[in-house]
Amino acid sequence: MINQNLIHTFTQNGISIALDVHSGAVHVLDPLSLALVEAMARLDMPLPPQCPDSLARELGYPEADVREAWEELYSLYEAGTLFSPDDYAPFASKMVPSPVKAMCLHVAHDCNLRCAYCFAGTGAYHGGRSAMPIETGKRAIDYLIHHSAGRRNLEVDFFGGEPLLGFPLVREVVAYARSLEKEHNKRFRFTITTNGVLLDDEKIDFINREMHNVVLSLDGRPEVNDRVRRRVDGSGCYADVLPKFQKLVEQRRKSENPQYYVRGTFTRYNLDFAEDVLHFYRAGFDQVSVEPVVAPADTPYSLTEEHLPAIYAEYERLAKILLDIRGKGEWLNFFHFMVDLEQGPCAIKRLRGCGCGNEYVAVTPDGDVYPCHQFVGLDGWKMGSIWDLSLDETKKADFARATVYDKPECQKCWAKFYCSGGCNANNLQYGGSIRTPNRISCELEKKRVECAIMIKAAEALV
Amino acid sequence: MKHVKTLNKK
Repeated sequence: MINQNLIHTFTQNGISIALDVHSGAVHVLDPLSLALVEAMARLDMPLPPQCPDSLARELGYPEADVREAWEELYSLYEAGTLFSPDDYAPFASKMVPSPVKAMCLHVAHDCNLRCAYCFAGTGAYHGGRSAMPIETGKRAIDYLIHHSAGRRNLEVDFFGGEPLLGFPLVREVVAYARSLEKEHNKRFRFTITTNGVLLDDEKIDFINREMHNVVLSLDGRPEVNDRVRRRVDGSGCYADVLPKFQKLVEQRRKSENPQYYVRGTFTRYNLDFAEDVLHFYRAGFDQVSVEPVVAPADTPYSLTEEHLPAIYAEYERLAKILLDIRGKGEWLNFFHFMVDLEQGPCAIKRLRGCGCGNEYVAVTPDGDVYPCHQFVGLDGWKMGSIWDLSLDETKKADFARATVYDKPECQKCWAKFYCSGGCNANNLQYGGSIRTPNRISCELEKKRVECAIMIKAAEALV
Repeated sequence: MKHVKTLNKK
C-alpha cells in the first residue's frame, strides 16, 4: 500500500479496526469500509472528496453504499483522524538530554533464588556477589539530587538481585531521602521489586507504608514457577512465596499506596500463559503482568520465531478471557493490554520510551552508574560514578537522541508510538546496537497493541 | 455514522 505507514488495519475477535498511526485515532469498520480503507491506502494523496467511479464500481459492494462509506471516511480524513500526516518528526530534533529523574538502586548483587532465565546472572550480574553498603546508598541519593536539576519528583527503585537481602539499607535510604526533601525541594517516590522469599510482617508493613508501587515476582501456576524459579538448593519457591504476596496485597489495598502488580515471565515451557494469568486472578490478584522471556535463542527456555504463532493465539485468547471477566462486572488488569486512546504519553515519551541512560540510570553496589539495570556489567557501558558525581554526557546525549526516528526499523512501523523504540538493552544484546530492535520483541509488541485496541473496541461496542 | 465508529495528536 502506498500509504501503509499512515494506517494499520486488522481484524480480531470479529472486529475490524483501522488505527490512524499519527493521530492515534481508532476506527471500528464494517466489512465495506474496511475494504474501502484498504483501497484508499493505495491511492495517491490528497484524496478526492468523491469516490473515484472505478473504485465505486469494482469494490464488490453496491455502488451507492460504497459512495456513502467514502463520504464517512473522507470526513475523517478531513478531520485529521485518517491518513493523517506525520508531524511528530519535528519533535525528534528537540531530543536534548534531560535531568536525571529516576534511579534503579542495586541494593544487592546477590539473590536467594537461581532463576534459570535471570538476565542478571542469578543476581551477580556476571561479577562477584556483593551487597551495597548503606553509605553508598546515601551517596546515590545525593547523586540523583545533584543530577536532577530542576525536577522535583524523583523516583528510586530498590532492585537487585534481591533487595530484601539488604533491607536495612532500604530503610536507611528511604529515611535519608525523606530528610532531604524539604531542603532540596524534591519529592521522592519509592518502588521495590522482590521475589518475596524474605517477606515477613515487618517488611510488609514497611513496603506498604513507604513504597508507591511494588513488583512481586512470581511466574504463575506452581509447576510453571518452580520449574524455573528455584532456590539455591534446587527447590521451588511457589508454596512459600504465594501466601506472603497474598498477605502483602490484602493489606496494601487498605493502605495509602494501593499500587502493586504480580509480575511473571513466560517461556517456551508455558506458551499457555493465559492460564498463569488466570491462576493469579483466582489467587486474588487483579494487577498482573506476565511477560515474554528475552533470552539467547540457544537457551532451552527461549522464545524463537517458531513460537510466534502459538503466542499470538494465546494473546488473543487472553484478550477474550479479560473481556469475559469484565463482562461479568469483575476486574482484571493485564499490563501489556493497557492502552490509553484518549491521551496517552506525551510526545517526548512516545518517541523515546523509558529514558534509560538519559533521565534514568542504575547504580551498582560499588557506586558505578549504568544506563539501566540491564546494562549493568556490560563492557563499555559504565556512564559514571556516584563518588565523583561523574556522568558521561556524550553517552547521555546519545541515549537522548535514540528516538523511533533514529532507529531505521522503527521509522515505518505502525506501532512505534506504542513501544517507543523497544528496550535499548535488548536491542544492544540481540541486535548489536541500541538502535536495532529485537524482531521477536517487536512482533509480540505489535500483537499486544492489537489485542489492547480490540479490547477497547469490544468494550465500546457493548 | 453508518459504516464507521470512532473510539477516541502539547
